[in-house]
Amino acid sequence: MKLHEKDNFSRRNFLKTSILAGGGMLIGFNLLTACKLDAKMPIDIASLNFNDFNAFIKISDKGYVTIFSPNPEIGQGVKTSMPMLIAEELDVDWKNVTVAQGVLDTNNYTRQLAGGSQSIRFGWDALRQTGATARQMLVNAAAVKWNVDAATLKASKGIITNKNGETLGYGDVVKEAAVLKVPDGVKLKDPKNFTIIGQEIVNVDIDKIITGKPLFGLDYKAAGMVIASVLRPPSFGQKLKSFDAAEAKKVNGVIDVITIGDKVRKFAESGKSNWTVKLSKTDKVVVIAENTWAAIKGKKALSAIWENESQLESTEDHDKALTAILEGKNLNIKREDGAVENAFLIADKVIEKTYHSPFLPHNCMEPMNFYANVTAEKIHLVGPVQTPEYAAKVVADLLDFDLDKIHLEMTRMGGGFGRRLYGDFVYEAAEISNFIKKPVKLVSTREDDMTTGIYKPAVKYRIKAALKGGKVTGYHLIEAAIGSNMYGSIPNFFPAGCIPNYKVETGNYKSNITTGAWRAPYTNFLAFAEQSFFDELATELNIDAIQLRLDLLQNVKNTTDSRIEYSGQRMEDTIKLVREKANWGNTKEGVYQGFAAYYSHNTHVAEIADIELKNGLPIIKKVIVAVDCGIVVNPTGARNQVEGGVLDGIGHAMYSDFSFKNGQPEYKNFDTYRLIRMNDTPKVEVHFVENQNSPTGLGEPGLPPAGGAVANAINAALGKRMYRQPFIKQLNKTNILG
Amino acid sequence: MPNYILNVNGKQVAVSADEDTPLLWVLRDELNLLGTKFGCGIAQCGACTVHINGIASRSCQLQVSILDDVKITTIEGLSIDGEHPVQEAWKEIDVPQCGYCQTGQIMTASAFLVENKHPSEAAIRAAMQGNICRCASYNRIEKAVLVASKKMS
Repeated sequence: MKLHEKDNFSRRNFLKTSILAGGGMLIGFNLLTACKLDAKMPIDIASLNFNDFNAFIKISDKGYVTIFSPNPEIGQGVKTSMPMLIAEELDVDWKNVTVAQGVLDTNNYTRQLAGGSQSIRFGWDALRQTGATARQMLVNAAAVKWNVDAATLKASKGIITNKNGETLGYGDVVKEAAVLKVPDGVKLKDPKNFTIIGQEIVNVDIDKIITGKPLFGLDYKAAGMVIASVLRPPSFGQKLKSFDAAEAKKVNGVIDVITIGDKVRKFAESGKSNWTVKLSKTDKVVVIAENTWAAIKGKKALSAIWENESQLESTEDHDKALTAILEGKNLNIKREDGAVENAFLIADKVIEKTYHSPFLPHNCMEPMNFYANVTAEKIHLVGPVQTPEYAAKVVADLLDFDLDKIHLEMTRMGGGFGRRLYGDFVYEAAEISNFIKKPVKLVSTREDDMTTGIYKPAVKYRIKAALKGGKVTGYHLIEAAIGSNMYGSIPNFFPAGCIPNYKVETGNYKSNITTGAWRAPYTNFLAFAEQSFFDELATELNIDAIQLRLDLLQNVKNTTDSRIEYSGQRMEDTIKLVREKANWGNTKEGVYQGFAAYYSHNTHVAEIADIELKNGLPIIKKVIVAVDCGIVVNPTGARNQVEGGVLDGIGHAMYSDFSFKNGQPEYKNFDTYRLIRMNDTPKVEVHFVENQNSPTGLGEPGLPPAGGAVANAINAALGKRMYRQPFIKQLNKTNILG
Repeated sequence: MPNYILNVNGKQVAVSADEDTPLLWVLRDELNLLGTKFGCGIAQCGACTVHINGIASRSCQLQVSILDDVKITTIEGLSIDGEHPVQEAWKEIDVPQCGYCQTGQIMTASAFLVENKHPSEAAIRAAMQGNICRCASYNRIEKAVLVASKKMS
């Protein structure tokens, strides 16, 4: 996943208009890319095909605005916040705006992808520019109508006013505006004049969500559609040897039992794979049924024999392999400053600690599913996937189809957390439909999702610090991970640039267990390790934990090192805000605090957890959070993201464990796998640093510091350091928060 | 396949299904009532919560063959147009993120508030404990239940 690619939004030739047959004006544009010169605008809404444009704005002759938002909605709020950017510069009343989900354009779009907390950051200029250009066209049309200079007119809330106080609604001039030349270089608003950005705008799908309307992939139905349930090997490292479908075929409603796998193997051998493809090459047994229950029952009735094709790994094997990496010499240096070895040689004291984190499944509430209808002429795909562009391209390759003939519709997603970046269920659905020549919906169960997942890698960190003269003079971090390592930019996060002698190294163990991105990839656990370590250093140096961070940050403030990703000043401001709001160091008796701060996904976050003891057990009562994400586009949505991110971080740090025995996951469903529930939750209080910087992401950055803040608060309360997730195991108690 | 007459959202409906079919799949696949969600299939997450004679129940565990004498209410039958006080509170507090679990949360909360009209914070937290929200919108769910209790009293 590329998290730091540069915007390539072209301001020229980015917008086209047409008059709608039913009245009104249609504006087509492409987010982050220019339109083709010969792109044709449709003249009626029914024929919107998203082939030439990936986003549209419709302004009706009554002045009502419909925005077709192009980005996938996984719960991060962009379906609300991105249209807000357009509406702000278009200057319409938000109550007259409706938002609809855009459909995939397989040729033209560049970032119809949810992941890395980047949607708002990339859309910030492009979407405002689009709204402002449309507004200028409407104003220009009014100017022609009144025969005055457009500069003398004002537009606000969908009404254009001239010097005489006469008014025209946007709807009154759409017909004229649609045929005008698209103006260049329109001026964007000064942020202090924003009327929509910064307002509390409720989720645009709220009415549909609370009344249970079919919004999600699992809710999609089509005429003639059958249901497919897929049986995969129970252990990683196995493949199908044979199977017996006699009992399954006796189940009422089961239509057929087939195997798939040929297409995937062919694709894998073609060398066309990309990062979203994580498919095992084994054959899989698929039950095709008239309804979901029959498909699930049919799968249970299958008997299959599996054979081992590689080692069946257990958690003990992983522990040994990772420990060997930490102690080995065969590491990749990601960053090295100063003379690290010498700093340790001349140190007054050296502190070294090792931190452990297990694999974690994503557990999206909506199990993986996808609809596919492959016919000789075209392929129709519908469902929840965070990377629709890749999914369509891989299906085209798998089935040797022209990309133009693939139509992919995105649904709302019942959570993503990284799992839906990988399109394995899309490819399987397409392969099944291609085989049975029918429209099919692939439906996974919770057990399928949890036991055949694409997990957060199990990781160990060994961190070593040199202390001399009351200062941190050397720092050496080694990461040992299974499957995938932290990507290149993280060695340039805090504390890079703060400590003169600094080194980060990584080593990797190649397992047959599939791993991938999991909410706030890599930093999710690195932040816990590192922020716990700094807390321990502060104790060792007898310095206030926050003061130690602030002292270190002074060293990076005027850095000339362009690799450094975070801002010393913005981090300091964020830390000072949380220190003030949490009343750090001045809490009432019996309240123990822990602090952590972390920069990720372009956003600076600092958190303080308040813990109380009840019968000697720690209860997390409150987490106070300060966030610098630049301008806050939608405060209610923004707070929701941070609140959820913090609780998600605490839940997985405290409770969630995952392990393997002979290649087989030892957790299969929520009866044994523990997710955070309401009784475990503290209150999360969110404060934003006020500034005029461009907005940055919020889906992920609230999560990484949470585990560290809680670990440090537990130490303040009990004098016990947490080195291993989940903490609950280390505390050796259950229901400690009950 | 056997036929059953169910009372769903105040209407008698005939369905044809195997006797062990969970109500969840009858609602979703046969009756096209898609607001009741599939999350775990073992009554651990609460996404499939409906009311059986007014009591919050996990529809993934209720076989269609034992439901002939009960009143089943799903999210579609909770109110005509989302104007139940719990739904209004959910909107006021802007609770959902991905939104998938929220109908189950609303069904649990609405049954609970009939039983306990002035709940304490501890009672709300205990009542909602069986419903998982993977986005962890728990702070807002808790607040919305409190707001709803005030609307209902």
